[in-house]
Amino acid sequence: MPKTPLLQFNEKGIYCQQADVYIDAWRPVDKCIITHGHADHSRWGHKQYITHHNNVPIIKHRLGEITVSGKQWNETFTINGVTFSLHPAGHIVASSQVRVEFKGEVWVFTGDFKTETDGIAEPFELVKCNTFITECTFGLPAFKWTPQTEVFTEINNWWAENRAENKTSILFGYSLGKAQRLLKNLDSNIGQIYTHGAIENMTNVLRENYNFHETIRITRDTKKEELLGNIVLAPPSAHGGTWIRKMVPYVTASASGWMTFRGARRRRAIDRGFVLSDHADWDGLLNTVKETGCEKVIATHGYTDIFSRYLREEIGLDARTEKTQYEEDATSALSEQDKIDEESQ
Amino acid sequence: MKQFATLIKTLDSTNKTNLKVAALTEYFNNANEDDKLWTIAILSHRRPKRPVNTTLLRQWATEISEVPLWLFEESYHIVGDLAETIALIIPTTSNNQGISKSLSKIIAEIITLRTLPEDEKRSYLQENWLAMSYFERFVFNKIITGGFRIGVSQKLMTRALSKSTGIDEDILAYKLMGNWTPENTTYQKLILEENPEDYLSKPYPFYLAYAVEDNFQEDLGDISDWSFEHKWDGIRSQVIIRNDEVFVWSRGEELVTDKYPEFQRFLSKIPNGTVLDGEILPFGNMEIGNFNDLQTRIGRKNLSKKLLEKTPVILNAYDLLEWEGEDIRQKPFSERRKILDKLISECDCDEIGLYLSETMYFKTWEAATKERSLSREKRSEGLMLKRKDSPYLVGRKKGDWWKWKTDPFTIDGVLTYAMRGHGRRANLYTDYTFGLWDKGELVTFAKAYSGLTDAEFRQVDAWIKKNTLERFGPVRSVTPHHVFEIAFEGIAESSRHKSGVATRFPRILRWRKDKPIEEANTLEDLRVLIPK
Repeated sequence: MPKTPLLQFNEKGIYCQQADVYIDAWRPVDKCIITHGHADHSRWGHKQYITHHNNVPIIKHRLGEITVSGKQWNETFTINGVTFSLHPAGHIVASSQVRVEFKGEVWVFTGDFKTETDGIAEPFELVKCNTFITECTFGLPAFKWTPQTEVFTEINNWWAENRAENKTSILFGYSLGKAQRLLKNLDSNIGQIYTHGAIENMTNVLRENYNFHETIRITRDTKKEELLGNIVLAPPSAHGGTWIRKMVPYVTASASGWMTFRGARRRRAIDRGFVLSDHADWDGLLNTVKETGCEKVIATHGYTDIFSRYLREEIGLDARTEKTQYEEDATSALSEQDKIDEESQ
Repeated sequence: MKQFATLIKTLDSTNKTNLKVAALTEYFNNANEDDKLWTIAILSHRRPKRPVNTTLLRQWATEISEVPLWLFEESYHIVGDLAETIALIIPTTSNNQGISKSLSKIIAEIITLRTLPEDEKRSYLQENWLAMSYFERFVFNKIITGGFRIGVSQKLMTRALSKSTGIDEDILAYKLMGNWTPENTTYQKLILEENPEDYLSKPYPFYLAYAVEDNFQEDLGDISDWSFEHKWDGIRSQVIIRNDEVFVWSRGEELVTDKYPEFQRFLSKIPNGTVLDGEILPFGNMEIGNFNDLQTRIGRKNLSKKLLEKTPVILNAYDLLEWEGEDIRQKPFSERRKILDKLISECDCDEIGLYLSETMYFKTWEAATKERSLSREKRSEGLMLKRKDSPYLVGRKKGDWWKWKTDPFTIDGVLTYAMRGHGRRANLYTDYTFGLWDKGELVTFAKAYSGLTDAEFRQVDAWIKKNTLERFGPVRSVTPHHVFEIAFEGIAESSRHKSGVATRFPRILRWRKDKPIEEANTLEDLRVLIPK
């Protein structure tokens, strides 16, 4: 009889039958390990949540009253002989990879990850394994990130230039993750940092465990004159809305891996695109796959077919893809969540 | 090159016209004359001949980037631009300072490159790719592959050049016309030297009509105040006859004299000091042809004798802007037409390919509506309404001129295939193929790329990604599920299409979320629309 794989992909999520536990399930289940707080990974309706303790306030903020237990990095917990532990994924604050071990066989699910240290998310930890289940959102050789110090120099210069022209800088990033990374690395000597409600709410949740520059929430009473020369952090969904229109004169920018493509930036009709991603780039993905020492790779979301073909044909790994419900380009679900964050004041 | 790459990067990173003009003006103030001349050339779609075909470009780019060719192709489908894909996949070394050569030097090298043996081409390209910064590499590839579309029109470039030089925009526009290349002129000669003939060719700004609004008949007042014409489907143009020369300007304010040598014959019958406004129409077999015929002439740099014989053109004139050297645009339309009608009827103008767009008068809207219903038969797009006492205005203005187009044909088709778009739509599935029912199967009849809002495109894109049946490179077949109402302007039999029918300018009118695919139209429904 063929052995049941340690982790399987079924209609509800990634499932460990031996332990009867799901990881990042997209339908309601009894027990679910959550890699991080983005909406496509932490869904509503599970009876019991297990996640890193720094992620607990995040998902409680987003999902309301839930039963959740928080774990430390590298803390092991065993369910029916299967040993689980969480390891930093470097994607956003409190994002984990999940290590699963049973009878000497090790599987790792990355959730989303990036290898560069960003100053706010706990740095990525390489975890050796036999089977590596990986995202590959940016699994194309066209994606190569420049070090974030260079990108932030560009961003801060852009802000300073706009300030010199007495314009408001509006910088778009998701309310959880990107916004805090931007906030952490902006040069607060240039001016004041204002926030859209969605970002202010989420950042306040995170202040419990992390340090950030002071921010000012934009409210109905905020005068557009006081914004001039300062920077506004806003979720992408705010672009094009009435909320923005009253801030004239302003300059917009977006910070995202998708800004690699000229087309993506022009489509969004923003003035500046900074290539800054919370996912691994092509080299980051390849190096990580190699360094885990794994024999098998399963690509779950992103350019899965292309990436796994490369691993098979060019590197000789046993690689395949599995269909999941993590967003292919991670925009729509996250934008939806930004709206929810805004409302849950 | 650094200066030019920086300019392109700046132009590319803003949507605001005044910022683009400012960046270009600054560049024109600072660049050397050779670089300026090439910049003007590139932004007016004159580029050196492609020195290497794209197959070799792909191959050589993959050689130095450890990317197999299949992966390059996959990346290209997603990026949607060859120059950009090559620039992205080639590694940028860490202490890369870019290259110090000027734009004109680089272009001179590209021109020489054509004559070199293949292995020298290869080493030249690979060395330069590796030495350049990312954006220089992108710009370099764009110069090599052509199609420099970066949201800067020739007009915008001319405006910046005007600011920098102080020379009037219209005069610069004229100076930039014709068959010059940077290899046969200089900046000094092309731009700076005075030429009294510059003023000779100047056209008047075109007057443009708005489409009629709902229930417009009530707003227009007495129908006897209005003159009607068919709305001809050609190229709106001004033909200028001054000082024994003919100049032809298209509505895009492009001087296109060279493209229509037929109009040189006007000199024999039309006096100097005349400016005609009208429509250039294809006129093979002594009757108004299809717009498609005209398209075969529009894109050609060199007009062969054969093409001129196969697709001759005429000017169907409908207005007179200058007469006996005098600007008469303020005279009422009816008076201008009186002179025009007299001029054309008295000169046997058929011989020189100058016709009159006939005016019509109606007593009732019913009669006008009836005439409009004949538009397709007469090869027109509908009717034009012009107030008899109206002056010739500048630009698009409401009130005196209206276009009353025929309703497009429409049919409900099923989405069957989707392809990723290019440029602004790269990585989004926005190019769709639609099928109609024929013997229980969906037969492809049209492709359409426009008509949905950005939000709808995103919705359809997300749906396509989740409902793909098969992938063929950039194309995906999808589960037949969505019905769209497709509008089109014309329809004809075609042996080139599987459906046997060709439609003109198909576009999406509506997403028929209310219709199941069984209720989409059949091929037979489409065929009955073909004019007999």
